[in-house]
Amino acid sequence: MKRYSTAILYVGILVISLALVLAVFQMPIALSMTRLAEGAFGDKYGVSRTLVKATPLLLVALGMTIAWRAGMFNIGGEGQFLVGGLAAAALFQRVHDLPSWLLVPSMTIAAALGGAGYAMFAGWLAVRRGVNVVISTILLNFVAIQLLGWLTSGPLRENSQRIPQTEVLTSNARYFQWDRQIDLHAGAVLAPIAAIALWFWVYRTYPGLRLRVVGESPTAARSAKIDPKRIQLLAMAVSGALCGLAAATDYMGVTGSIDKGFSQQWGFLGIPVALVGGLHPLGCVGSAVYFGALLAGSESLSRFASSGPTFVYVVQGIAVLALVSVQSWRRKQEAASLA
Amino acid sequence: MNEALSVLMFAAPVSFAAIGDAIAQRSGVLNIGIEGQMLFGAFTAAIVAQSTGSPYLGIAASAIAGALFALLLGAISIGWNADQVVVGTAGTFVAIGATSTLYRQQFASTGQAITFPKLDNWGLFEPIAILTPIAAIIVALAMAKTWWGLRLRACGERPETLANFGKNPLRVRLAAMILAGALAGIGGGYLAIGVAEAFTENMTQGRGFVAIAMVTFGRWKPIWVLCACLAIGWLESLQFAAQAQGWNVPFQFLLAAPYFVALVVLALFGPGASAPASLGLPYRGPK
Repeated sequence: MKRYSTAILYVGILVISLALVLAVFQMPIALSMTRLAEGAFGDKYGVSRTLVKATPLLLVALGMTIAWRAGMFNIGGEGQFLVGGLAAAALFQRVHDLPSWLLVPSMTIAAALGGAGYAMFAGWLAVRRGVNVVISTILLNFVAIQLLGWLTSGPLRENSQRIPQTEVLTSNARYFQWDRQIDLHAGAVLAPIAAIALWFWVYRTYPGLRLRVVGESPTAARSAKIDPKRIQLLAMAVSGALCGLAAATDYMGVTGSIDKGFSQQWGFLGIPVALVGGLHPLGCVGSAVYFGALLAGSESLSRFASSGPTFVYVVQGIAVLALVSVQSWRRKQEAASLA
Repeated sequence: MNEALSVLMFAAPVSFAAIGDAIAQRSGVLNIGIEGQMLFGAFTAAIVAQSTGSPYLGIAASAIAGALFALLLGAISIGWNADQVVVGTAGTFVAIGATSTLYRQQFASTGQAITFPKLDNWGLFEPIAILTPIAAIIVALAMAKTWWGLRLRACGERPETLANFGKNPLRVRLAAMILAGALAGIGGGYLAIGVAEAFTENMTQGRGFVAIAMVTFGRWKPIWVLCACLAIGWLESLQFAAQAQGWNVPFQFLLAAPYFVALVVLALFGPGASAPASLGLPYRGPK
C-alpha cells in the first residue's frame, strides 16, 4: 500500500513541477504539455528521440543509484563519462579494422572499464584516505575535462578535421540501427538490461543486501561483520562502469566522434534522474523516460516558445527539491507519530 | 605588476565564491549549490545594472540574490534535514535552467543584449577585485579571533557540543549559508559586470565547483583558499603565454595541475586536521 502511495506521490510531484515551471515561465500549460507529448511520443521520430535521450540518462542514473545507495555521493559522473568515451576512442584508433561483432563489444567494454577505473580512484581515496567522495569526484571532473581537451587535440586527434576531434567512427564501430530514418540504435537496449540486472543485484541477492546495509547504516554493517570498504569500492566501480557505458551509447550511437564538447552534461543530468527515481533501479527507468521525453519534446516546443530545453533543468531541480521536502515532512510525521 | 593585477581580476569571481564557501564548509555545510548562487548573482547583477545604470548597484543586488537563494537551499537542507548534496545539486539545476530560460525569453529571442555601464578603473585596478584579499583577511581574522568564528568552527566540528552550550547549530549554519551565498552572488555578479561585461547562458561554467575544490586545496583557511584561487587564475593566464612561446607542455596539463595537485595532497595527507569533522553531516538534535 505504502509503495503505491509513494509511486502516486512521485508521479504527482513530477506533473505538478512541470505545470508550475511552465506557468512561471508564462508558457501556456495545456498547449505546452500537448506539444511536449506530441514531440516526445507523437510519431516514430519522437519515440526514437525520447529513447535515445533516455538511454544515457538512465545509465548514468543507475550509476548514481548504486553508488549513493552504498553511501558514496559520486557526483563525478561527468568525469567518468568522459574517460569512458575516451577509452573507447583510444581503442578504436588502435584496432579500427576489426569486424563489427568484435569491435563494438570491445569498445563498449573499454568504455565501461575506463569509467570504472576512474571512479575507483575516487573510491580508493575515500575508503583508504578518508577523502570526501563529493570533493574528490569534483576534482576528478576537472581533470577529466582537461584530459578530454588534450587527447582530442593531441594523441587522439584526426588530422584531416579542421576542428580538433577524434576519428569519425566507421560503421563497423557503431551500434546497429534498424531504421535509417530514425536515430534509435542497438546501444539503447543496454540501459533497460542494466536496470533489471541492477535491480536483481540490489534487491534479490546477499551482496545487494549488504550494499544496502552499508549505505543505510555503516554501524549496523560493521556489527554484522560486513566490511563497508570493499562494498563501497565495488559500488564505485559499478557506478563508473555505468557512466562509461552511457558514454559508449552516446559516442557509438549518436555523435560518432569525440570533440571538446563531448557529453552534453549527461553525467550531471543523470543525478536528478536518479533522485526522482527514488534511487531505485526500476524507478530510474520511469524517471529517465520522463526526462528523456521532456528533453525530446522540448525540441518541438522550442519552435513556438523561445525557451528550448533549458526549462527541463528547472523541472528536474524543482522536482528533486519538492521530493526531498515531502520526504523530510513525512519523516517528521513518522517521528511524531512514534513519539 | 599589471599582470599580477589582471590575475587578481580574473580570479576574483572564483575567489569571492571560495572565500564564502570556506565559511559554509567550516560550519559543516557542504554547499554544492554554490554554482547556482553564482549564476543567480550574475543574472541579477546584469538586470539591475541595466535598469539602474549603476554597475555597483548590480553587484550589491547580486549579493542579495545569492544570499536569498542560499537561504532557500539552506532552509530545505539545514532546516528540514534533507541531504545537503541532493539539495545543492538540485538548486544548481534550478539556477542554470531558470537563468537561461529567462534570458532566452527576455533577451535572446528579441535579439537585444543586456547592456550596462562598466566599473570605474582606478588607474591599474578597479575597486571590486581588490576586495578579494580584504575579504579573505577579514574572514580569516573573524574565524580565528571572534566568538562568531569560534561558534562557526565548533559547529563544523561537533555541533552537539555547541548545542550543549545553548547555541542552536542550525541557526549558525543557516547564517553561514547566507553569508556564503552573498559572497558567491558577488562572485557571479562580478563575473558578469567586471570580467565578461555581459550575461550569457550558464556563464559560470563550473566556477562554483572550482570554488568548492579550492576550499579543499586551501585547507579550509580563507587566505590559503584565496592563494589557491590565484594559482588557478595564474595558470589560466599562463596557457596563453605557453601557446605563444610554443612550449612543449600541452596547456591542458597546466590547467589540470591544480586539481591534480589537490588530489595528490588529499591522497598523501588525507583531509587533514583543518577539515571540519562534521562536513556534510546533517545535525539531527542532541545525541
